Amino acid sequence: MYTAASFAAGFVFGLGLLVSGMANPAKVLGFLDLAGAWDPSLALVMAGAVAVGAAAFAFMKERKRTLLGAPVLLPSPRRIDRRLVLGSLVFGVGWGLAGICPGPALVLAGTGSAKGLIFLAAMIAGNRVFEFLEKRKRPVAAPAPHA
Amino acid sequence: MSIAWNAFTPASALIGGAIIGAAAALFVVLNGRIAGVSGILGGLARPQAGDISWRVAFVLGLVAAPIAWGLLAALPEIRVDTSYPVLVAAGLLVGVGTRYGGGCTSGHGVCGVSRASPRSVAATLAFMAAGFATVYVVRHMIGS
Repeated sequence: MYTAASFAAGFVFGLGLLVSGMANPAKVLGFLDLAGAWDPSLALVMAGAVAVGAAAFAFMKERKRTLLGAPVLLPSPRRIDRRLVLGSLVFGVGWGLAGICPGPALVLAGTGSAKGLIFLAAMIAGNRVFEFLEKRKRPVAAPAPHA
Repeated sequence: MSIAWNAFTPASALIGGAIIGAAAALFVVLNGRIAGVSGILGGLARPQAGDISWRVAFVLGLVAAPIAWGLLAALPEIRVDTSYPVLVAAGLLVGVGTRYGGGCTSGHGVCGVSRASPRSVAATLAFMAAGFATVYVVRHMIGS
């Protein structure tokens, strides 16, 4: 059930990216191009997503178990450190170069787009570079807290 | 700044955004996790027993969406103008940066902002600012 729910969430996420136009890198770059002909669509995508998301996270706030009985595993760190900011800046540069972030990269790969597959391969290589650098720093590194 | 009214799609943006929010909602209500694509995929770079199948399932769901869509209807326009060498550089930066930053547009931008996480708000401001700056440099300084 847990795995099936995970597939469903990914599937619905992918449909949302397609409907919203965010699976189209040209449209994402149109949002990031403030000085050009600016397409504000991405801001409304975020607004729509956060409106629904906020209700769900509020519903789950005090709960210890999900509706499937699984434990709720939400990150609790609140400290804004250099690692978070620098990592996000590096991500933003890559995002600005191609207009592709991890979700759309997988959707693009699913369309069979050669450019999407190349981007995905490079992104996975980037994940491995991260793991390699982390392992060299601390032999038993804890996984980075997510979000 | 001038708004590209011909490219602006407010209705599909809001509806598509709400569907993305529904996916994040489904994931937290049933699986109890943040629907953060970079973290879910990145966790597979160093797989740990018992922590693999839900990640693979989520990733396959994302990949399956355009396949299922394509079986029923024509896919919406998808245009990638970026050259191959730049795509490789961009992919590497996204792959490294999202792991150090602990999230991407989905984990920080959608889920983190939805739960008003100060870390996620900071991360979202940082990657948005870097994205705006990068496109400015590429299109208006190098490209012009």
